[in-house]
Amino acid sequence: MEQTTKTETLDIEGMTCASCASFVEKSLTRTPGVQRAVVNFATEKATIDYLPTQASPATLKEAVVQAGYGVSERAPDISAADRQAEIDQQKALAYVRLKRRFWVATALAVLIMPLSMLMLWPAMMARINMQTLNYSLLALTLPVLLYSGHEFYTSAWNSFKHRAANMDTLIAVGTGAAFLYSLAATVVPGWFMRWGILPEVYYDTTATIIALILLGKVLELRAKTQTSAAIKALMGLQAKTARVVRPGGQEVDVPIEQVKLGDVVVVRPGEKVATDGLITEGSSAVNEAMLTGESLPVEKKAGDPVFGATLNKTGSFRFRVTKVGADTMLSQIVKLVEDAQGSRAPIQRLADKVSAIFVPTVVVIAILTFVLWFDLAPVESRLPLALVNFVAVLIIACPCALGLATPTAIMVSTGKGAEHGVLIRNAEALEKAHQVNTVLLDKTGTITRGEPTVTDFVPAAGQDASLLLQVVAAVERQSEHPLAEAVVRYADSRQTVVVPASGFQAVEGKGAQAEVNSQPVLIGNLRLLEEAGISLPPAVRQQADDLLAQTKTVLYVAVAGQAAGVIGVADTVRETSAAAIKRLQGMGIEVVMMTGDNPQTAAQVAGQVGITRYFAEVLPGDKASKVTELQAEGRTVAMVGDGINDAPALAQADIGLAMGGGTDVAMEAAGITLMRSDLQGVVTAIDLSRQTIRTIKQNLFFAFIYNTLGIPIAAGLLYPFFGILLSPMLAAGAMALSSVSVLTNSLRLRSFSPIKK
Amino acid sequence: MDTTEIIVTLAGLALSGFVIWYFFFSARQTAAAVSTSNGVQQVDITVKGGYSPDVIEVERGKPVQLSFYRDEENSCSEELLMPDFSIRRDLPAFKTTLVELLPQQAGTFTFTCGMGMLRGSLVVK
Ligand SMILES: [Cu+2]
Repeated sequence: MEQTTKTETLDIEGMTCASCASFVEKSLTRTPGVQRAVVNFATEKATIDYLPTQASPATLKEAVVQAGYGVSERAPDISAADRQAEIDQQKALAYVRLKRRFWVATALAVLIMPLSMLMLWPAMMARINMQTLNYSLLALTLPVLLYSGHEFYTSAWNSFKHRAANMDTLIAVGTGAAFLYSLAATVVPGWFMRWGILPEVYYDTTATIIALILLGKVLELRAKTQTSAAIKALMGLQAKTARVVRPGGQEVDVPIEQVKLGDVVVVRPGEKVATDGLITEGSSAVNEAMLTGESLPVEKKAGDPVFGATLNKTGSFRFRVTKVGADTMLSQIVKLVEDAQGSRAPIQRLADKVSAIFVPTVVVIAILTFVLWFDLAPVESRLPLALVNFVAVLIIACPCALGLATPTAIMVSTGKGAEHGVLIRNAEALEKAHQVNTVLLDKTGTITRGEPTVTDFVPAAGQDASLLLQVVAAVERQSEHPLAEAVVRYADSRQTVVVPASGFQAVEGKGAQAEVNSQPVLIGNLRLLEEAGISLPPAVRQQADDLLAQTKTVLYVAVAGQAAGVIGVADTVRETSAAAIKRLQGMGIEVVMMTGDNPQTAAQVAGQVGITRYFAEVLPGDKASKVTELQAEGRTVAMVGDGINDAPALAQADIGLAMGGGTDVAMEAAGITLMRSDLQGVVTAIDLSRQTIRTIKQNLFFAFIYNTLGIPIAAGLLYPFFGILLSPMLAAGAMALSSVSVLTNSLRLRSFSPIKK
Repeated sequence: MDTTEIIVTLAGLALSGFVIWYFFFSARQTAAAVSTSNGVQQVDITVKGGYSPDVIEVERGKPVQLSFYRDEENSCSEELLMPDFSIRRDLPAFKTTLVELLPQQAGTFTFTCGMGMLRGSLVVK
């Protein structure tokens, strides 16, 4: 009896070098029943093939321990979804803790504020011992500092050690200075009096700033989780189990991770398709909106591909698994969106440069502010004024809004794009798409369906149309020719009765012949009939000429040696093309068409969809040079093609949009992939890109204006003229609101819906 | 100008000078990757207020595995961005996160936190 091997993956702990790995490997290989063991030092994983009759995961673990290493107890292969769940859980926990710290700070700040105000009340002042009041304020402020705000100080110190400075540096230095000054004023007030300075305390400033900044962080975290909601929703669509048909015939529900290539899976009405595959039996309508954005269900029958996470509507079917795990369409889309979210938009470069040098620069500005106020202000108030402005500069200058401006908008919009079947490859593509003023469409496959369709079925006088169609379809069913397929599709769409044909023979370059109902049938071009000595009656010839005048391909049919009719075949325009092109033109974009067809056909299609400029008789190799030609006119060109032979042109264009179903080739060549074969996707992509870039520009404007105006005001620039000073507490409030407003602005993109009118 | 003003001015200028030198002109911590037997270039990076080491030298054309250990909970470092490689990764606190990439071109590529405040660079030779 043949023995089947099992494969086990173990996480090895304690390996410090490559020789450790080979040691573990040897120890495993020597274990009875192990056929092959590979230890990867980098990933700390051992992959072992073993005979389950002689070894078990326990004995394998034993072997590793014997070698002096450990086996990590966590599940050997946690899926991406599980890891995401763990990260989410940790984030949720962090959010809860952050909220608690915020509420503690707020509660104490609410007490501290009125107590500090007492000093402004001369009547009260007289009755209360200032020392006692200051010490009570100190006692109230300490928890705010040590519990609520301690993260700022540790973080600032950690980054200081790294010769880096972040937003926490500013908060820590600002609040720290205010606190230390107050502490000194509380503990050694006499020292201040000697210098003729009132020992004022700023505990309220310290506590309020911390509370406000924590408020900003709470709001920020809440909004941030929404920016990646789209991708999480996509990941959550994955089916959890699959109903697999075992060789014996029984159906078993298994976890999705255990589904293997070649398995046959059953899908019942209303169920999710578990993974990618090809239908082997049954038929149904499947809603593929999660992949293509198209909400109308797609008819599927045996031989058609189905995709994981799509929703089966009416029928029941079985399919053979062709892709699992990371290879599935859904995983690829998720990966693509994640990659796009990690990429950098060129528009962000300036913000990047600014934030790198920002914090140290602000610290220097704050120090100089302190020095100038100290030197220029009246002696009795110079120390408090210098301190207050020093703190205000540090707090208002926090550059987090700048850092959030671009990435949050990109995250929301790439997710939104995926929802509508528009996959954006990177942020640069998104940015390029908004500048497009010319869209170049490859006719075949984009404007048209890219496959021949029967447009006219004209029986000769005295022929019964449905009977003739039966006969014609019988012959064409045997043929592989694309035109024959078009005829069969046409016949099927009219529920034509299937009849048998015998003696089928393809006639190279001319057509085909066979016998149906013991009558010889010929279908093909004019030469096929002429060579068989069949002449066309004038009426049939006239009908054929009419079709040819409409630049259609004509198939001639003869039954029993008599001309029986003509069939007009053409690549038809998609129903949605004209409307989408009109929308593009409405957006101020010129739409240009190119095609390998002759000028008449080109003119005819262009006229049908409202395009005025087109290139005809373009050879496949010349497509890219047409893009160059348009670019030479100073246009920013988006090229739309179906991805296979259009690759050079897609690459040459300022932005390439590959259309139709996301084949790997198409995804590689284009900046944007449209999952749906429909020009509406081009409208959606360009519109989304325009709205995203507008959002980013608004964000950057808000962030920059806020910092560039905020710093001089905080430094006291307006004081000599208008007597305006920015209180550090106001600065903290403004700072907390700035990043929240940038985030909210980005989240507005979530309401994006493509132009349809 | 009284003596205190002179002292404060001089101290302020000195402090400013120190800040500029400390953050912009001082030497950085550089580390070269260790190649393992299977040709993977491995680097361990600790994330705590910054990346240490923060300059990493690797060779072109060989797979690189960066293990980021995040030794803090502060929100600033929770995200890792390597825009040149289209990588955005969440770094869970007190956990090691592996980031794999294949540098095809020589050059210096920065990696930063989500807001671009913490920075490090990958030098591909
Ligand atoms: Cu901030």
